Amino acid sequence: MNLRRTLATAGRVLGQLRHDPRTIAMLLVVPCVLLTLLKYMFDGQPGAFDRIGPALLGIFPLLVMFLVTSVAMLRERTSGTLERLLTMPLGRLDLLLGYGLAFGAVALVQAALASALAIGPLGVHVAGPTWLIFAVAVGDGLLGMALGLLVSAFAATEFQAVQFLPAVLLPQLLLCGLFVPRDSMATALRWASDVLPLSYAVDAMNRLTGTPGVGGAVLADLAVLVGATLLALGLGAATLRRRTA
Amino acid sequence: MMNSRAGDEPAIRVTGLTVRRGGRTVLHGLDLDVPHGSITGLLGPSGCGKSTLLRSVVGVQRTSGGEVRVLGAPAGSAGLRHRVGYVTQAPSVYGDLTVAENLRYFAAVLGAPAGDPARVIAQVGLAGHEQDLTARLSGGQRARVSLAAALLGAPELLILDEPTVGLDPVLRQDLWQLFRSLADQGATLLVSSHVMDEATRCDRLLLMRDGRLLAHDTPAELLRATGTADIDAAFLHLVQAEPVGSPR
Repeated sequence: MNLRRTLATAGRVLGQLRHDPRTIAMLLVVPCVLLTLLKYMFDGQPGAFDRIGPALLGIFPLLVMFLVTSVAMLRERTSGTLERLLTMPLGRLDLLLGYGLAFGAVALVQAALASALAIGPLGVHVAGPTWLIFAVAVGDGLLGMALGLLVSAFAATEFQAVQFLPAVLLPQLLLCGLFVPRDSMATALRWASDVLPLSYAVDAMNRLTGTPGVGGAVLADLAVLVGATLLALGLGAATLRRRTA
Repeated sequence: MMNSRAGDEPAIRVTGLTVRRGGRTVLHGLDLDVPHGSITGLLGPSGCGKSTLLRSVVGVQRTSGGEVRVLGAPAGSAGLRHRVGYVTQAPSVYGDLTVAENLRYFAAVLGAPAGDPARVIAQVGLAGHEQDLTARLSGGQRARVSLAAALLGAPELLILDEPTVGLDPVLRQDLWQLFRSLADQGATLLVSSHVMDEATRCDRLLLMRDGRLLAHDTPAELLRATGTADIDAAFLHLVQAEPVGSPR
């Protein structure tokens, strides 16, 4: 791995985004609009948004980063630029970390905006430290990015890449505890939800809004998120073959 | 460069190269040498295996037999990655970046000097287009951005897959002059084309058909041996001379 090449790659990815202001706007604005929508959807059920809002702060970064990264990486594979880069002295880790830095920065801005909106105007009560909310949200964003990189290897077209959203993320969304508490699911589903990383993102957000201080359980959730991210990045790196058929 | 002329090994040495893809043999045990400081043209109809051969030389093709040595090292080895420039058939540059941004990025990856992007932009005749978004350029201009990226860092070996497709005659002439000046400065070029009239601009020719090498010679010798007046006719002569019912 080489710092100059990693930073050049991150700069290049951000440069591509800079030429696409509509994508930037959607990345940043859509989560805020959806949060606001939900707040007023549950207008008649006090307390409901307090339960769902924090969970969504953990879910949005993952969804958005997954979509953006899987399409960006697929374009890199189909346009031949990946093949060109792999004939150059660029390490696979340089490429992945470059994407990680660039989209991580976007995830940070997105998480900051969404959390500020939720905690401020939308009045979500957070007992734990606010910086941990950011940390979990950025961790989610990075996990979404790593999963997106990984699935891009299995998609031949952008249609397929987009279909991985319902295939990979929807089951996690259903089982993460957003709709039903994880304890009340059938045992097999409970086990499934235990191995899906999004469950830990939602758990962490729920703990942070419920209990003050930095609990060990939150840090354990965060560690699971980081571990899942590294695992997905490692598997993603294995799919970046210099030699192909 | 150290090792660049280790012993008397040519710039590229291919022995018994076989490539199978999806149960079909694409290259049938090719043998060929490409000497240093020359332009070798790789000619043959579309689909005959030219790109597969070039990808094998760059080291991105999964091969199923034989050996490819490039600049004294196995094709694709890490030490070759800043010594070999490669242009794929479809322009492999970022459409959503400007010409200058594309070249600055690839220059940073290669560790090329800071002035290199400006130099290669001038070499491919794209001066004045630095700030244009690559996706908005014409097909020929995009192809030249892709070529410019391969010239960064002045590589010793250039592998060019149909670099002149879709260019007007004036631009093609300019690019061939550029290729010649690079070869005169010691670079080795392997250039594929399906336009036979580009053959006369090469020092040596490789004629390919159905994954086999029909001929490997200088243009003049090829014409003399086949008793033909142009490379098109020579190609036809060689195809007709092939044993009847030769396996595909």
